[in-house]
Amino acid sequence: MYNFEVEKPTSIADAVAALSADEAQALGGGQTLIPTLKQRLASPSKLVSLSGIAEMQGMRLAAGSLCIGGATSHATVAAEATGSYPALAALAGGIGDPAVRNRGTIGGSLANNDPAACYPAAALASGAVIVTNAREIAADDFFDGLFTTVLEEGEIVTEVRLQVPEAANYQKFVQPASRFALVGVFVAKFANAVRVAVTGASEEGVFRWSEAEAALSSNFSADALEGLSVAPEGMMADIHGSKAYRAHLLGVLTKRAVAAAA
Amino acid sequence: MPKDSDQIESGIGASPKRREDVRFLTGAGNYTDDINLNGQAYVYFLRSDMAHGRIISIDTSDAAAMPGVVQIFTGADFEAVGGIPCGWQITDKHGEVMQEPAHPVLAQGKVRYVGDAIAAVVADSLDQARDAAEAIVLDIEELPAVINMKAALKEGATKVHDDLTSNLCYDWGFVEENKPAVEEAFAKAAHVTTLELVNNRLIANPMEPRVALGDFNRATGDSTLYTTSQNPHVIRLLMGAFVLGIPEHKLRVIAPDVGGGFGTKIFHYAEEAFCTFAAKALNRAVKWTSSRAEAFISDAHGRDHVTTIQLALDSDNNFTALRTDTHANMGAYLSTFAPSVPTWLHGTLMAGNYKTPLIYVNVKAVFTNTVPVDAYRGAGRPEATFQLERVIDKAARELGVDPIALRRQNFITEFPYATPVAVEYDTGDYNATMDKLEEIADLAGFAARRAKSEARGLVRGLGVNCYIEACGIAPSNLVGQLGARAGLYESATVRVNATGGLVVMTGSHSHGQGHETSFPQVIAEMIGIDESMVEIVHGDTANTPMGMGTYGSRSLAVGGSAMVRATEKIIAKAKKIAAHILEASDADIELKDGQFSIAGTDKSLAWGDVTLAAYVPHNYPLEDIEPGLEETAFYDPANFTYPSGAYACEVELDPETGKVSIERFAAADDFGNIVNPMIVDGQVHGGIGQGIGQALLEAAVYNEDGQLLSASYMDYAMPRADDLPFYQVDHSCQTPCTHNPLGVKGCGEAGAIGSPPAVVNAVVDALQSMGKDVTHVDMPLSPARVWAAMNG
Repeated sequence: MYNFEVEKPTSIADAVAALSADEAQALGGGQTLIPTLKQRLASPSKLVSLSGIAEMQGMRLAAGSLCIGGATSHATVAAEATGSYPALAALAGGIGDPAVRNRGTIGGSLANNDPAACYPAAALASGAVIVTNAREIAADDFFDGLFTTVLEEGEIVTEVRLQVPEAANYQKFVQPASRFALVGVFVAKFANAVRVAVTGASEEGVFRWSEAEAALSSNFSADALEGLSVAPEGMMADIHGSKAYRAHLLGVLTKRAVAAAA
Repeated sequence: MPKDSDQIESGIGASPKRREDVRFLTGAGNYTDDINLNGQAYVYFLRSDMAHGRIISIDTSDAAAMPGVVQIFTGADFEAVGGIPCGWQITDKHGEVMQEPAHPVLAQGKVRYVGDAIAAVVADSLDQARDAAEAIVLDIEELPAVINMKAALKEGATKVHDDLTSNLCYDWGFVEENKPAVEEAFAKAAHVTTLELVNNRLIANPMEPRVALGDFNRATGDSTLYTTSQNPHVIRLLMGAFVLGIPEHKLRVIAPDVGGGFGTKIFHYAEEAFCTFAAKALNRAVKWTSSRAEAFISDAHGRDHVTTIQLALDSDNNFTALRTDTHANMGAYLSTFAPSVPTWLHGTLMAGNYKTPLIYVNVKAVFTNTVPVDAYRGAGRPEATFQLERVIDKAARELGVDPIALRRQNFITEFPYATPVAVEYDTGDYNATMDKLEEIADLAGFAARRAKSEARGLVRGLGVNCYIEACGIAPSNLVGQLGARAGLYESATVRVNATGGLVVMTGSHSHGQGHETSFPQVIAEMIGIDESMVEIVHGDTANTPMGMGTYGSRSLAVGGSAMVRATEKIIAKAKKIAAHILEASDADIELKDGQFSIAGTDKSLAWGDVTLAAYVPHNYPLEDIEPGLEETAFYDPANFTYPSGAYACEVELDPETGKVSIERFAAADDFGNIVNPMIVDGQVHGGIGQGIGQALLEAAVYNEDGQLLSASYMDYAMPRADDLPFYQVDHSCQTPCTHNPLGVKGCGEAGAIGSPPAVVNAVVDALQSMGKDVTHVDMPLSPARVWAAMNG
């Protein structure tokens, strides 16, 4: 990696100030950024570590939402959300391996918006509000294509407020090498609606499968999905799966998620 | 007779824990990267990101002026030295020798694969070297990449090497004289089964990446290379004699602890020659440590065959003839043993366990703009076994007969057996291993397990296959006739110290096999002393006799035999010393439990008394024998050894997603006599893990531009623990090898050879049981591929 400065502020305000420096870059758990630096694919002047900011750690329940600090690790969510939001805890417990889960953070994952990451599906399906140092952004408005979000330069995800559904399930079909989602489907059933968010599949990144949501909102059962499918056009293709395969898996996994949640 | 291993506490047949694991598991190993020399510099190789291109210019002027840079080398600096040699020359079916391109240390004229080293930057630190490499200005004219083997052989195809006549390395026919008889047998056959398949390209991925550290002593003029090698003497000879012109007595090669080899650390690599050369040129130690990303594009790859195989049967389902047509990828240059893998290590095994009387093998070896391909665990034998055991399975389905019965019907049952493909099997009992497999795999219970899977919405499949391999490589005179440019004996020096302890200096090399534990078991048993009195030394050309190293499951069969021969000499001399002291005739001296005694009397001497006398020869037959107790033996085997076995795999297939999981895996092997059953179990477990990796997960994939798409663990799927089942492994079927003193056959590669066809046979069985008309799926059987086959 190239040389860089490191700062480890203890408050959001200090972090924001540190990030105003030229070419400064926020460092969450570093599970994407550190390998990128090691390969010399990025050359920030300064890394601003968010891991020392107490107000970005931990989780609380408020007004039907599970509010998780942006710097909370996957391992913490996996261990502590089992009662409040079990489907989310299971998702967090299935990310990477123990080393990844102990370092990686929910805020880092959402800000990175890897098209095969798990958390974006949970955030979108849970109708989450993504809180930054500057504003609150609905998950529906947050993701903006592969590895892109509406976050501005220097803007930090400080908290993620996920509405806790009545029932939910995440089905992840792993890519054999990376064990990221080849396709992942998060189904969340709320009192008045069902949300279905899909990761790993689309060339546009995480998305909501609105036809499935409509069908499930009137009949929350796998049978309601009979005959529904997503067109292969627009799906990703690589050595691990064709467009058609991803489109097919998306249907299978949605049914399984509904069956598991129902 | 096989011993019951449960009752054996020491010596041959016991399972002491591996003594080397104490240092490996506590971080106390001494790997090449752990070695740092005073004032060492670091080299970073600037590698081509283009598969094929003509080098117009390399401007290093800005880079050379950067901080810490010692010197930047390019291909021009190596015009005066030799290229990387190839250790095996194949003669083709027309009697012509293979086309052998120059293989420069650093690219000259063209770059020929993504990863080809263009320049080497030596600097005070690795970061400085890397910074400077980024400042090198390259002007390379991109040329069309030659990737697909069949396209590479078309008239007018772009040539990887402009000075060769084509991209064809050789067109090998084996046995060429058999061809007309084979054609005739096919014309008369009652049934012919044809199968086209791919043996997928693999990357070995040893846990320890390659490292080279060159050193030069200007006072003595001696060069030293520390390297991650399976065979330091081979590197000393190839690099010294063919590349750098350094005689053996001025060149020392040390391969200390090595963290896995799997074949890819056999070969002499350009980085080794570079570090040795640069250390002398700069009078400063030079170190290279491969990054994992670099390993993907610079370690020799394995396999990569495209094959059509045909099996002819008569109306009674006897195999009457076999013919195969294979394209074998050599990559851009010939790696050390690359030409031998698809030929002599592959064609000679096409008889398998079967008495097929007529066989013809055609192999076209092809140059492409990819990383060089060479031996990987099994080397040619997995490719032979896979196609043979797949075509037999397909034939059984076409004929509607039980695949095990079809195999049994065609088994070789009488030994020795001369195959039509030039080798003679000394021993084996293929029905015995199949019987054992049926028992340990509980094949009788398969139907019930299938029903249980079905109740869970899953489809269960069963695959069975046999394998045979030729290992214990090899008789030197035979391989010399076949084109090897090396002998393939092994050596050992046994040094007995005055107080009775032994040091065994072996030409074999242990890089995970546990020689430090298993070799002493043999010697301790021969003498009747405790294993702790025997220490194994290996890996350093300065203190071991000239040896050929470890690969081809040869260490115990060949290196162990050399050790036995040297120990026999020790015992013979020690008996003479004992006879003198005991005032008896040599012939009357017996050695048992570490005691020399006069037969039929109670007069005896302890081992330590005799060894002390050898070094304190006060009462000693000096007129007859020399003082001291140290002997060397070189052992050149009379034949290959032929381990064999039968494997069974049960899979569960998810019909909705195509995902395959391995539920059961059983291996019944015949390795002849066994020295350490625990280590043998471990070798088989590891081999099966790699075989399942090939069958389900691993693939080195190039796109048409010659970019390696699976160039990291994000896309190259290595098997993980949860991809693998618990294995049932048995090696109680033992037909000892007849021509080595231990009666051992070798076990290192069996698992990797025997397991891929079992997995694929099982998946095809599952698909057929669903009513799918699928007769083959190419490896790796990823969920996407199996789903595509189901819905094709």
